[in-house]
Amino acid sequence: MSVSKEDVKHIANLSKLNLTDEELDKYTTDLSNIVDFANELSNINVDGVKPTAHILDIKNVFRKDEVDASYDREEILKNAPSKDAGCISVPKVVE
Amino acid sequence: MKDYEVIIGLEVHAELSTNTKIYCNCSTSFGADPNTHCCPICTGMPGTLPVLNEKVVEYAVKAGLATNCEISRFSKQDRKNYFYPDLPKAYQISQYDLPLCLGGHLDINVNGNKKTIGITRIHIEEDAGKLIHDAYTGDTLVDMNRCAVPLIEIVSEPDIRNADEAVAYMQTLKSILEYLEVCDCKMQEGSLRCDVNLSVRPVGQKEFGTRTETKNLNSFRAIHNLIEFETKRQIEVLENGGVIHQETIRWDDAKGIGYAMRSKEDAQDYRYFPEPDLAPIVLSDEYINDMKNSLPEMPHLKKERYIKEFGLPEYDAEILTASKYTANFFEKTNAICNNPKAVSNWIMGDFAKMLNEKELEINESKVTEENLACLISLIDKGTISSKIAKQIFEEMFETGENAKDIVEKKGLVQISDEGAIKEIVQRVVEANPQSVADYKAGKDRAIGFMVGQIMKETKGKANPQIVNKLLLEIINK
Ligand SMILES: [Zn+2]
Repeated sequence: MSVSKEDVKHIANLSKLNLTDEELDKYTTDLSNIVDFANELSNINVDGVKPTAHILDIKNVFRKDEVDASYDREEILKNAPSKDAGCISVPKVVE
Repeated sequence: MKDYEVIIGLEVHAELSTNTKIYCNCSTSFGADPNTHCCPICTGMPGTLPVLNEKVVEYAVKAGLATNCEISRFSKQDRKNYFYPDLPKAYQISQYDLPLCLGGHLDINVNGNKKTIGITRIHIEEDAGKLIHDAYTGDTLVDMNRCAVPLIEIVSEPDIRNADEAVAYMQTLKSILEYLEVCDCKMQEGSLRCDVNLSVRPVGQKEFGTRTETKNLNSFRAIHNLIEFETKRQIEVLENGGVIHQETIRWDDAKGIGYAMRSKEDAQDYRYFPEPDLAPIVLSDEYINDMKNSLPEMPHLKKERYIKEFGLPEYDAEILTASKYTANFFEKTNAICNNPKAVSNWIMGDFAKMLNEKELEINESKVTEENLACLISLIDKGTISSKIAKQIFEEMFETGENAKDIVEKKGLVQISDEGAIKEIVQRVVEANPQSVADYKAGKDRAIGFMVGQIMKETKGKANPQIVNKLLLEIINK
């Protein structure tokens, strides 16, 4: 397996996900399969091929520095499960 | 105790003074109601497409050129992943392996000694939102107005050795960014702030010690105090046989104490990867040259010019050009009254002292360039004495009133009429026979006393040269 159980635990931790033992087993297999599949690309000879910074052949997509109307606050906060004083309210995060 | 060497590197974040955010058209202006400068792009809604603000590239390139960096012909943006409520996308768009600017340096002046500090890189990135602690409910409130305000991060080499050097570096950088007009540098609003990486090692040791990081210091004083504190703390830990852990220090500026926050080992796993929604930035030589040519006169060149053009001492030129605002004030004032040394003396003397006391920048003062020029002209023409001028200046500083008006209102015009002065001199001489005798016995100090009396009678308005001349004439008769 190219991805270990420890790897999955670590990634889950970074993503703030709690996984059950069953999920841990399943994701270890699934993620290994995905990484193995992607690793097949390593077999391709890339001599003389430039490193890819972007999959499309584009560069310098810019916009002018001109202010446009923002959204109404009600609209911006519409999906928030909890809000207060014009803000999204989340559990306390002070260290 | 062993001798220790302190190794410091600074990561400075400067909010760019663009009108709009880095990837959307929302305004960047400070102090708006929470969550009113937001749209689906800067709040990280799925399916939105960021588009880079061209001014961000321009400003970052200018900052790079002004700090002697190499500008990358090919640059890209990357996602830095971390999970925190101030970051609605759960990643910050930044630059990882191909930043816009690389390998520069800055010359700083520390108590008269020159030193060069290397600059590793400058990259562009987006700011995070603001978290407000709601004391009433105990929850945390998220204001996303600052999300995606453009930043440049300027990373120094670990060339800084103490608090004074760190502050000098920060002041020099601030001055340059102000001259470039790419950042308003309001430290108290957080538009210029810095992270301090610090480690210590016994003198002679090759390897660096383990470093700690303190984030988001937003005053020179805080930078200075944190460095002194953390240096002492690390040396004490080592002297007591302890080890320094790689951790983040939280600095309590009010208490002057830093708290080590033992962080988890995996906390800094940002899993950078190329940002697929943004195209690479490819800059031509022509573009970079245009930027070079558009740079304003930088402080060190301005300083040379002040010495040549205005005949000012190097010391004056250095102080006047350290801030764009001071330099502008000097040039505008001198353009009116054409007396560079007098303007310089006022700006560096009484004016600077009062600004310091009130913690104001020169451009925030009520005294205008026109007013100071008017005051200097009044002295130059002999209308007022320089002693009275100091008194007038204090009032100008408090009220913003015009020097001429104060002179008229208070009747402070200098008395240069010999007849009028002579009468007073005569009276003072007659009233102080002992002083006259003392003077004749060789006590020069007696003259000073009588001049003081005459000035007191005229409320300081008598022309001192004429007073001196007449006094000697009358005594020696
Ligand atoms: Zn927006």
